[in-house]
Amino acid sequence: MAAVQETVEQVRQIDVDQYKYGFVTNIESEKAPKGLSEDIIRFISAKKNEPEWMLDWRLEAYRRWKTMQEPSWARVDYPPIDFQDLYYYSEPKKKPALKSLDEVDPEILATYEKLGIPLKEQKMLAGVVSDEGEDAGGDEAASGQPRARVAVDAVFDSVSVATTFKEELAKAGVIFCPISEALREHPDLVRKYLGTVVPTTDNFYATLNSAVFSDGSFVYVPEGVRCPMELSTYFRINEAQTGQFERTLIIADKGSYVSYLEGCTAPMRDENQLHAAVVELVALDDAEIKYSTVQNWYPGDADGKGGIYNFVTKRGDCRGRNSKISWTQVETGSAITWKYPSCVLRGENSRGEFYSIAISNGRQQVDSGTKMIHLGKNTSSRIISKGISAGRSQNTYRGLVSAHRKASAARNFTCCDSLLIGNECGAHTVPYIEAKNASATFEHEATTSKISDDQLFYCLQRGLSEEEAVALIVNGFVRDVLQQLPMEFAVEAQKLISISLEGSVG
Amino acid sequence: MTPLLEVKNLHAEIDGKKILNGLDLVVNKGEVHAIMGPNGAGKSTLSYVLAGRDGYEVTEGDVLLNGESMLEMEPSERACKGVFLAFQYPMEIPGVATMTFLRAALNAQRKTRGEPELSSPDAIRKVKDVAGQLGINMDMLKRPVNVGFSGGEKKRAETMQMALLEPKLCLLDETDSGLDIDALKVVSEGVNRLRSPERGFVVITHYQRLLDHIVPDIVHVMSAGKIVRTGGKELAHELEASGYAQYQQEAA
Ligand SMILES: Nc1ncnc2c1ncn2[C@@H]1O[C@H](COP(=O)(O)OP(=O)(O)O)[C@@H](O)[C@H]1O
Ligand SMILES: [Mg+2]
Repeated sequence: MAAVQETVEQVRQIDVDQYKYGFVTNIESEKAPKGLSEDIIRFISAKKNEPEWMLDWRLEAYRRWKTMQEPSWARVDYPPIDFQDLYYYSEPKKKPALKSLDEVDPEILATYEKLGIPLKEQKMLAGVVSDEGEDAGGDEAASGQPRARVAVDAVFDSVSVATTFKEELAKAGVIFCPISEALREHPDLVRKYLGTVVPTTDNFYATLNSAVFSDGSFVYVPEGVRCPMELSTYFRINEAQTGQFERTLIIADKGSYVSYLEGCTAPMRDENQLHAAVVELVALDDAEIKYSTVQNWYPGDADGKGGIYNFVTKRGDCRGRNSKISWTQVETGSAITWKYPSCVLRGENSRGEFYSIAISNGRQQVDSGTKMIHLGKNTSSRIISKGISAGRSQNTYRGLVSAHRKASAARNFTCCDSLLIGNECGAHTVPYIEAKNASATFEHEATTSKISDDQLFYCLQRGLSEEEAVALIVNGFVRDVLQQLPMEFAVEAQKLISISLEGSVG
Repeated sequence: MTPLLEVKNLHAEIDGKKILNGLDLVVNKGEVHAIMGPNGAGKSTLSYVLAGRDGYEVTEGDVLLNGESMLEMEPSERACKGVFLAFQYPMEIPGVATMTFLRAALNAQRKTRGEPELSSPDAIRKVKDVAGQLGINMDMLKRPVNVGFSGGEKKRAETMQMALLEPKLCLLDETDSGLDIDALKVVSEGVNRLRSPERGFVVITHYQRLLDHIVPDIVHVMSAGKIVRTGGKELAHELEASGYAQYQQEAA
């Protein structure tokens, strides 16, 4: 008992203030005035040289949004947001049209350096494919594997500042570019799919995003193409009080495959920052999309002051037969997380997967999970959720698994495990299950455990510090999910897990 | 010569309950001491107090390792100074491969001692060497720490950890419990290989049979939180014949 008691003590003094990534890059930004109005939306649209239909689409969403209410069902608690007190557009001042990372503002690169983000594209730009694989900590089998190549579309604030590997992707016929560029270069493709997975009317934050989204990524993988590299985007929120409204759209045409990685960090700010992204995935017949996220935005200080509000709508549509979408997320940051990456299993035989690690510490509040909507015949889904709560945080898994009348032989397996560190945090599991088809088989397992004193002492007796011991035990707890991440991210995610639990023990 | 371990008039309690009552013990380098005694005598408690487990309060006395008091040291610090406890019930750590755990422990100790950490390939090689010497299946290294291990496998894994970390003072708590005679032989052999003029052992056991395999230099009888009798290895045989009843009475 005593070790737990002590852990609690230490968690109480948790030093989230030491947030390693809390610094501000000094880049003059060009921003729209505070507040939201039709004029601001016209400003954003004009800045982006968008087609007329896009502006109309935004305005319609805006008018809709004005009639909507913020959702209140999640187990999160925060003061009311004054939406007129936010900036809705800002961009770093830059030379237009950058060709390579060399042209990126060195301060931005320096920022990434501090983040320790493996911006391996420096090597990669030089055409080096490193094979000195770092061990993911699993076992030796993990090392010695050549590193996958990663194409990076770095999003700094609201504007994409660099895109690499474009040529090789173009050769394969893959389109990977900022969505603002896609709107100009491939308007028909965007128009065909935008809003078809997350309609502009979907929910308060998604509708807001539809009105004001500034940028994000667009990916189109043509029929039969296996995307030759992992696609990766790093989002940063940098300008004080800048709402960040990313919009990402990924389309995998028939028989294609793409793996997309998204990593995020943000500098420290006193004001709460709102982030309301929308991600739409479309998988056509026999196509597969793997979408991975590592999120470590500023969680706020020890008293729960500051930190990011992360209200995200992510949804994948398995539109074609035999299509597959899998979401993998490692969520360690943000003051409040409201996020339910979901799959609509429309195509016959389609499959959805959700693998999640959600860590909360300090006073973080996490309400996250997934929805697996089985519409087609013989569809299957799998949910593995690992929640870790420390400090005084609250961590809720909220999941819906539903089978439509026509979804005969729908199958789901859900496993929700919670790990508690200390006595002042909370873990909650809220599963909703609806089966309107009698042939559906839904399995649900849930466990809640604590790091035991015995385990901790065992590790300490072998010479590990308390912090190392907790990190090791937690990494073991989340191993099934870590294994789902591409190698590139598994190592980084593992480090991130240790960092985010720093201060949760001595 | 400074003893390796010197326990002086040790009194300790847990949750307000007094368990150790003025225990004295001196272990020199190269010696193997056996501590025998009835259940509840405080043998496990002694091993925990020596290893520095949280929750045990030392109210009187001192514990010196090579002349230096350990009482203020954290458990990991003691481990890095060479104290190793082979647990009676080794803990399971789900999801953490034994290899990963051993490498982490090895490097944590090296780091604390100011030695260079081993690279992944070097550490892996070292673990495999040690495992090989003990006839441990490489498959076991891939399995999560102690998860699903049989009683014998757990104790073998403990012995392997001990061999790998090369401690100065080895504390073995009821290493024989739950072992059949074949497993007992294997584990004892592993321990015997580690015997050296530089290393000391405290072997805690309820039964004499372990001491047929790990032959001690000195045998102590512990009862009600202190050493009540000390002798040579023949004392173990005597106890086997007479039982602990007389000591329980003495203590009462
Ligand atoms: N956490 C604890 N709280 C209270 N009493 C304990 C605790 N742990 C052990 N004891 C008691 O201390 C005494 C010695 O236990 P232990 O050291 O395990 O003995 P042994 O290993 O010799 O069998 C026993 O009476 C036991 O019940
Ligand atoms: Mg015992």
